[in-house]
Amino acid sequence: MQKDSLLEMRGIYKTFPGVKALQNVDFTLKEGEIHALMGENGAGKSTLIKVLTGVHVKDGGEIFVRGRENAVHINSPKQAQALGISTVYQEISLCPNLSVAENIFLARGKGIGVNWRNMNKKADELLKELGINVRGSQQLASCSIAVQQMVAIARAVDMECQVLILDEPTSSLDESEVAKLFVLMRKLKERGVGIIFVTHFLDQVYEVCDKITVLRDGKLVGEYEIEKLPRLQLVSKMLGKELDDMADIKNDSPTFKKTDDKPVYEGEGLCSSEGISPFDFKIHKGEINGFTGLLGSGRSECVRTIFGADKVTGGSVKIDGEPVKITKPRQAMKYGIAYLPEDRKRDGIVGDLSVKDNIILALQIKTGFFRPISKAKALEYANKYIDLLDIKTASVNTPIKSLSGGNQQKVILARWLLTEPKYLILDEPTRGIDVGTKVDIQKLMLKLASEGMSVTFISSETDEMLRTCSRLLVMRDRKLVGELTGDQLNQNTIMATIAGGDTNGEQ
Amino acid sequence: MANNNAQPKKAGIAGLFRHQIMIPIAALMLLVLFNLIADPSFFKITLGNNSDGNPVLNGYLITIIDSGSELAILALGMTLVTAASGGQDISVGAGIAIAGSVLLRVLCGTETSPETLHAPVIVAFLVSCLVAMLFGAFNGSLVAFFKIQPMIATLILFTAGRSIAAWINNNQLPNVNEPSFSYYGTYIPGIPIPTPFFIALACFLVTWLLLRFTTLGLYVQSVGINEKTSRLNGLNPELIKLLTYILLGLCVAIAALIKVSRLQTINYSVIAKDIEMDAILAVALGGNALGGGKFSMSSSILGAYVIQFLTTTLYKFQVKADALPAYKAVVVIILVVMSAPAVREKLSMLIKKLRSEKPAAQNS
Repeated sequence: MQKDSLLEMRGIYKTFPGVKALQNVDFTLKEGEIHALMGENGAGKSTLIKVLTGVHVKDGGEIFVRGRENAVHINSPKQAQALGISTVYQEISLCPNLSVAENIFLARGKGIGVNWRNMNKKADELLKELGINVRGSQQLASCSIAVQQMVAIARAVDMECQVLILDEPTSSLDESEVAKLFVLMRKLKERGVGIIFVTHFLDQVYEVCDKITVLRDGKLVGEYEIEKLPRLQLVSKMLGKELDDMADIKNDSPTFKKTDDKPVYEGEGLCSSEGISPFDFKIHKGEINGFTGLLGSGRSECVRTIFGADKVTGGSVKIDGEPVKITKPRQAMKYGIAYLPEDRKRDGIVGDLSVKDNIILALQIKTGFFRPISKAKALEYANKYIDLLDIKTASVNTPIKSLSGGNQQKVILARWLLTEPKYLILDEPTRGIDVGTKVDIQKLMLKLASEGMSVTFISSETDEMLRTCSRLLVMRDRKLVGELTGDQLNQNTIMATIAGGDTNGEQ
Repeated sequence: MANNNAQPKKAGIAGLFRHQIMIPIAALMLLVLFNLIADPSFFKITLGNNSDGNPVLNGYLITIIDSGSELAILALGMTLVTAASGGQDISVGAGIAIAGSVLLRVLCGTETSPETLHAPVIVAFLVSCLVAMLFGAFNGSLVAFFKIQPMIATLILFTAGRSIAAWINNNQLPNVNEPSFSYYGTYIPGIPIPTPFFIALACFLVTWLLLRFTTLGLYVQSVGINEKTSRLNGLNPELIKLLTYILLGLCVAIAALIKVSRLQTINYSVIAKDIEMDAILAVALGGNALGGGKFSMSSSILGAYVIQFLTTTLYKFQVKADALPAYKAVVVIILVVMSAPAVREKLSMLIKKLRSEKPAAQNS
């Protein structure tokens, strides 16, 4: 173990049934360092964090912590804490109805007596030292989310932690709150604390971090000094696309000739309660376009706004040139819009219901309360789509939750295709499903578009989008920052636009 | 239930065991078996004359289908409420007091024992339906729009309901002298089977039609299982939840008609006391998840009659009324534990194991 290291993880392995979550991953954290851990979904960031905090036990590899001679075994969160490893999660895990001081010292006193005055005094000192503007006696719930976050950090720091893990701490903070958090992080850095910072926001990484470790598909891509890794390269490493690969980008990128004057869907100044900047969007008959950007960049929020899935807070919509109002999914469905959500489990499936019921659900709701689809008809629909999409299920009456992820996805796709939409929105339809199915879904999209359906497609895999979309809208930090068509549709331009900042990617 | 033929043949007993209607059926069989052994005369039905000289059927089985009616009717609404909102309405007993009080208020006006009724029974019944549905809507809106836990939301009426009922009639206990009013709770002259049973049957039929000819069942289950998905598929989960509470209100009014008609009067603090617990138990005994989601209406109905069967059995063996709940509790514990998913899983695994051992033994 190197002298200035606080933490060294060597050759970490972790396997879950069917998934190699971590394979031979190294990670080093030095004293007084803010170290960003980057990677797209499923890269292994959270597994690595959980191995470190004792939530998961590693299958192989060694972990060294300063102050211990030998490799340590972390089998529980409590052990991790004893080794000086503290975590502040995205969701605040404090008790809102207790005071700030109580939260900081909760469950840590020796014996059963509590010296209240002493505790409040000590809390005030600590908070002052860290520059957190709150009194120890204040009730936690009365503080803003940012302050609560910082109190959680103060609690971690006071437990004499040397390694502080911040897991997406900024996702629910506004800009000025983020700035305050960064001040605190720099203060801790001066005290020699090593911070592991997990975030999706590129700007924040470049603002506050010293080093970046990139993971992809459970493997280590590399560890980089921040100055030596321009944004563009970071994005390319996260997505796993070498910049040189751009040469072989196919020339047959989809082109689209519009056949109508009025777009099928046209929105202006759309925004929702999920905090995306107002954006304009339109799609023509038979067109396939897509939203791209890193995870958390706001691409899903855009399509959710179009469908009325989130609370729509502004903007105007035209369907076939006619102004209409879409604030609820029901209204969107009425105008022939269908939406396959990103989070299949939370928003897509109705777990205990059968495959058949899941397939007919949207159509049934569209047909209405007093016109139930007959059993025979429902069976016919279900069997038709089970054949058409090659859904692997024991029977039409099997609960959808017992199907594999890819097959669940196909059932939800079937549900929406059954409603014969004019405009189909697919948010990450190919995530977590096998390659064959992915290709099937892409082919299906192209076929539907050739039959006149409009499709908006979101995928974390850029080449999938390049293969299908004739127009890409690029999102960064919840803003629509570019629109790419024709020659611009290649990996390099997309990555440059996603990265923004120090590149000339702004189109 | 028309199960699809595409279903691959499941291991017979284990598959059957997993179906939820097996729980009330098994409980019923246990009770039947117990009574057969203890005293087979339990099942005897005789034809006799009642005090008015009309022919009526007598016997414990008749008592069960008679007194179980209110419970079975309530179980219908309670099943829907449970499935959609993942919680239970504990104010149905108090609701019956209110609906019954309204019924008497309309029938008797302000007199305590009128010579002639002030309004036709049907009018009084419709008014009480309206009031009960309004109270249902009150519960429903607390649950659906204010996201209050069902048990807490309905605790309000559970506490206040009986006082409201007393207030409606100025704390009087009106008495109906018109004999035809008793037909709903006892017998129609010439028909030897108690009327409440027919009312319950009519309710089952209406419910069946509702589930068959509307999409209520699918919507309620969908909302109960995954509210977010339901919303994204164009449902209004709040409205569906509200609707189930209003429907339960209707069930409450019907049960109130039977209860009041049986007595020809009302006792605000005693009428339908603790019936909410039995109604919830009927839903649970039917194998329906009290956390909401999928439901089986026929299992709930059967569950209600099993509870009545149990109560009647206990009465027959001269268990005192005040000791009844304790005995019931013991039986309920056994039934509920047996029907818990964890236990059922273990049981079906045990059966599977036994089945797989048998052929192995034959081979060797």
